Amino acid sequence: MIFDLASIWAALIAFAVLAYVCLDGFDLGIGILSPFLKDRGEKHLAMNTIAPVWDGNETWLVLGGGGLFAVFPLAYAIVMPALYPLIIVMLLGLIFRGVAFEFVHRTKRMQGFWEWGFALGSILAAIAQGLALGGLVQGITVQGRSFGGGTWDWLTPFSVLTAVALVAGYALLGATWLNMKTEGALQARAQAIAKPLALGFVALIGAVSLATVFVRPEYMARWFGYPTIVFSLTVPLLVLAVAWVLWRGLRDGHDGRPFVATLGLFALSYIGLGISFYPHIVPPSLTIAEAAAPESSLAFLLVGALVLIPMILAYTAYSYWVFRGKVRPEDGYH
Amino acid sequence: MDFGFSALDLARAQFAFTISAHIIFPAFSIGLASFLMVLNGLWLWRGDPVYLRLFNYWKTIFAVVFGMGVVSGIVMSYQFGTNWAVFSDKAGPVIGPLMGYEVLSAFFLEAGFLGIMLFGRERVGPRLHMAATTIVAAGTLFSAFWILSVNSWMQTPAGYAINEVGQFIPDDWLAIIFNPSFPYRLVHMVLAAYLTTAFVVGAVGAWHLMRSPESASARVMFSMAMWMALIVTPLQIVAGDAHGLNTLEHQPAKIAAMEGHFESYPEGRVPLILFGIPDDKNETVHYALEIPLLGSLILTHDLDTPMQGLDAFPPEDRPKSALIFWTFRIMVAAGFAMLGIGLWSAVARWKGRLYQAKWLHRAAFVMGPSGFLAVLCGWITTEVGRQPFTVYGLLRTADSASTLSAQSVGTSLVAFILVYFFVFGSGTFYVLRLMSKRPKDQISLEKIGPTRSAGITQLAGMPPKGDAK
Repeated sequence: MIFDLASIWAALIAFAVLAYVCLDGFDLGIGILSPFLKDRGEKHLAMNTIAPVWDGNETWLVLGGGGLFAVFPLAYAIVMPALYPLIIVMLLGLIFRGVAFEFVHRTKRMQGFWEWGFALGSILAAIAQGLALGGLVQGITVQGRSFGGGTWDWLTPFSVLTAVALVAGYALLGATWLNMKTEGALQARAQAIAKPLALGFVALIGAVSLATVFVRPEYMARWFGYPTIVFSLTVPLLVLAVAWVLWRGLRDGHDGRPFVATLGLFALSYIGLGISFYPHIVPPSLTIAEAAAPESSLAFLLVGALVLIPMILAYTAYSYWVFRGKVRPEDGYH
Repeated sequence: MDFGFSALDLARAQFAFTISAHIIFPAFSIGLASFLMVLNGLWLWRGDPVYLRLFNYWKTIFAVVFGMGVVSGIVMSYQFGTNWAVFSDKAGPVIGPLMGYEVLSAFFLEAGFLGIMLFGRERVGPRLHMAATTIVAAGTLFSAFWILSVNSWMQTPAGYAINEVGQFIPDDWLAIIFNPSFPYRLVHMVLAAYLTTAFVVGAVGAWHLMRSPESASARVMFSMAMWMALIVTPLQIVAGDAHGLNTLEHQPAKIAAMEGHFESYPEGRVPLILFGIPDDKNETVHYALEIPLLGSLILTHDLDTPMQGLDAFPPEDRPKSALIFWTFRIMVAAGFAMLGIGLWSAVARWKGRLYQAKWLHRAAFVMGPSGFLAVLCGWITTEVGRQPFTVYGLLRTADSASTLSAQSVGTSLVAFILVYFFVFGSGTFYVLRLMSKRPKDQISLEKIGPTRSAGITQLAGMPPKGDAK
């Protein structure tokens, strides 16, 4: 059962979305933090740390969306209309964020404008993603083979809470990334920003987890039924352990450890979501099996995915390795 | 904001607007990626710094254009689900995996090596940098392969079955990918992308030749572009003709609408309506200027083959003629103007006056946007000509859309229009400003700040000198 094609694809799509959240998370985090950086030099340096990789990071979002279209077309056809305003706002935000990398260097007069475009585009995209996450977790009304709810169904106190948590998490990823990739005054500022964000993010993870079990009774049953209760008790303990590593890393001035620990927090939160969701792809009514495309579609793309995803991971890692180490102002990727 | 239109019409307008804005960027970046690969190869092979200068010059433009292509492309990948949910549910099992292959084999490839191509010459050395440049160019072509396969399947569906819930399901993947119109559309579009880039490069070269006739880099640009115009335009006209024959075979209603033929010609001997004003309501072409027999010669390559007009199809299955009659003619006219430039340049080159022919430079400058015009008009022709279906003959556009309120779709349409005009308008302005500077101006580090990768001068082993030969 676990090894049928639909489940394998659900795992792959879940992996793509997690990869997106982790990778574009620190890109968006830098955008979210950029208004809090000191001057133009710091802002541009922060952007330069991600200039060679942001495009690849964002491609995981296309794989998440395109992959859903390919292997779970029914889920794609229900979720996109359900979250319509959020998807549009996210796309528009990503437009401003994406073009800013080049545009800030192509004009003097409008430079400040595109710097704000980078910041606000990132913030809007992050908020939209956070609201979308909340909207999905709390459930989507399905009627026949399409979305049956209203335009603003996703807007609830719960989705606002998940949005705040995601923005804080992205900002923390950005701050710990800057701590890893920069030095001197900018690194010190990143560390100073990271500490309160770390506390806030861990608290928000707790708040969202608690709210999740109350937002739908099924989640309560799933979390506290056997055998999932084993995970339900382990995951929070692991979150606390990783949070401790993060805190120590920040306090002792480690370069890489806080960033890796933050990725760990995201991965653990994601596992928690997975426990709530399974076996649904669109809670509360559409399961992975129901939404799956026919076997021949799943098998055809799986062949390519199994060959190409390892290659993608390899050359993505190579690209990160080429641009490894601290980024200095004189490197000027632009 | 629904402006009194239905959600369906607004969704169609939104798709038309966002895809038209998007196609401009890939049409340019597909050709530009290959051009950059050639320039970098020539630099490594010949060691003439003019090629490196040109590589760095066009690389900056590529980065801006590619960025706009990426962000406008992400919109497309979500638009199927937001506005066309029923289509996504039904066609997803067939075209979804093809788009999945596009992401896996093209988007990641381009994105993974773009950073190295743009910023990594110093870090990885010339060989790996050349490899990265080649991979980016290959990625743009892989992308074209898959997305054109998807579009072609929607035009000429093959290799599918329909299941109990009304979804198209794959039956034969090779038949799906290599559906009847795909090879023609792929060749036609890739050549179009190459020509689009060639005419932009030619216009930039011509612009700088008019202002500084001795500029070596302007001469190289102009000469390369004019070779492309001379060689590729005739190939494109042949490919376009073959594509037309293929369309006549599989989508005769589209051809009838493009040509303004409301009535069938059972005996053949079809005239070509050169110009006129098609009137879909009254099923006639006003003020038609006809050339006898030429329609048959062009469309069937003989005189007597019978030809269907729009009257051979039920009214609810007909595409409208008014728009595509004209977009088709504009595309063809642009193609023949390109051919004219190519031939003119051949004569000037033969006479040894390629770099002095003022009027040729002026004409090439004016023709700079001709590729974009032709690409847009060509796509409007083929897409509007597919109507009233999304999957030709099988799934109607009216049955494909999401159940959204006109309010939602109208508001998002307005938001897209405002943002696109502002963002891509600015981007186009920046690209034009980059093009207006000569390649030598580009390298002066002081002028544009701490930019341009430092590798330029070190590898060239010379300081950035003037552009004079």
